[in-house]
Amino acid sequence: MDKKLVVSSSPHIRSIESVQSVMTDVLIALFPVALMAVLLFGYQALLTMVISVATAMLVEAAWLRKRDIFGDGSAAVTGLLFAMILPPAPPWWLVVVGAAASIIIGKQVFGGIGYNIFNPALVGRAVIVMSWGGHVAGRVWSPPQPFAFGADVSAVTTATPLADQGEALAVSLTNLFIGNVAGCLGETSALALLLGGAWLYYKGHIDWRIPGGYIGTVFLMGALFGGGFYNGHLMTGLFHVLAGGVMLGALYMATDMVTSPVTPKGKLIFGIGCGLITMMIRLYGSLPEGVTYAILLMNAITPIIDNYTVPRQFGGVKKNA
Amino acid sequence: MSKETSLYLKDFTRGILKENPVFVALLGMCPLLGVTGFIVNGFGMGMAAMAVLVASSLVVSLLRNYIPPQVRIPCFIAIIATFVTVIDMVLQAFQPVLYEALGVFVPLIVANCVILGRLEAFSSKKPVARSFFDAVGAGIGFTLALVLLAAVREIVGHGTILGPDPESAIHLFGPNFEPMALFALPPGAFIALGLLLAVVNMLMKRFNI
Repeated sequence: MDKKLVVSSSPHIRSIESVQSVMTDVLIALFPVALMAVLLFGYQALLTMVISVATAMLVEAAWLRKRDIFGDGSAAVTGLLFAMILPPAPPWWLVVVGAAASIIIGKQVFGGIGYNIFNPALVGRAVIVMSWGGHVAGRVWSPPQPFAFGADVSAVTTATPLADQGEALAVSLTNLFIGNVAGCLGETSALALLLGGAWLYYKGHIDWRIPGGYIGTVFLMGALFGGGFYNGHLMTGLFHVLAGGVMLGALYMATDMVTSPVTPKGKLIFGIGCGLITMMIRLYGSLPEGVTYAILLMNAITPIIDNYTVPRQFGGVKKNA
Repeated sequence: MSKETSLYLKDFTRGILKENPVFVALLGMCPLLGVTGFIVNGFGMGMAAMAVLVASSLVVSLLRNYIPPQVRIPCFIAIIATFVTVIDMVLQAFQPVLYEALGVFVPLIVANCVILGRLEAFSSKKPVARSFFDAVGAGIGFTLALVLLAAVREIVGHGTILGPDPESAIHLFGPNFEPMALFALPPGAFIALGLLLAVVNMLMKRFNI
């Protein structure tokens, strides 16, 4: 570059960030979560993840008629996230159908990456829950068997702490934090989720407002309206934050760049809305957990939130002032 | 082929694919999404709607010079409602199972946009014979769409054809098959319709219909 003056049209600020680099960062952030899932649930967790990621990547490549299986990496992220919200050992065909539905119904019918209205992995989960509820809800959850890679965890099943107050009182907050409880593959360990979330925050891919608003609302609602069944009101709030899929949803799914608002105020509204709906389903609804539908519903009104929270331009004047 | 015959043929075939009331005009969504859980129900609904459509089309075409244009819609509705009442009673008398399954969607044929659309756009302006062929064509097109969507939903959502009667139901994938219940539920109807529309549009484009 010997020419000092480059004359070109906008945009002038360029970033070395690409879709592929962002998706790779998300995969790195999911690594501790996946590792924890394998440590807790053994080879079946690994198998579920491999099937899900492979299906998602193959379906996307086939749909786009591309030889490059990895592509921009978004299919791998969707597949891994979908595996994270499954029970430890679901039937293989369920994983295949769900991952394919994530990519096709959740993403490609809207026009592919960047155009999807709903979080693809959560669409996949909604499809699975409505179709084969018996395999992914109720007493299908296996208690984890830490460091027993070859163990068949699906031999014993139980309810999640959220579904059953008796189960809830049996687990300590420490176990909930580390992840030594029954639940979806990726949702049990708050520690691993926080590690990955910190990496995403450090790389600037997520904003504190969505997880902050989400987790804060869940804590407040849990403390105020949770009934204090778990060692008092504050502890009940903390229980609602750590149990179930709130951490996973708040850090990895609600923050999806495509399906969440872009304005700062909008992000806060989005997070609080997710928290409100989640807690309303948990406390007053008929389902034990509401993260999936909370985020999907908020995804649906993301364009409206964006529309009403456009920030004032620097130097601009307030409308109707 | 005489000029008249080819005109009738054109009126007849237009409603089946090229101007299919569902796949092209997106009319009649309410019964389309409401009763297509099983092929039998979809077919029965299609037949009932077609009977009403043909009969009311004939009457409207006969009366087209006597219906004042200002009040034509109430007149159409009155004529349609007459035939819907007849069909309602016939179904109740001779097909009680189907009548139960269709439920409120039989009286709702009165408000079916496919029928009102054909009356407004065609029968009220054209001679009786042409109106007849147009009505039969649109009716077949509507039935075709109902049966196609019902087939998708029944095969995927229940794993059977010719259900829900357990005596006639044929289980396609054996007893161990776990059907994808989503497609039997209302949200599945929307998803299935969307996917079916995409496939039909793709095929129509490819074969230049």
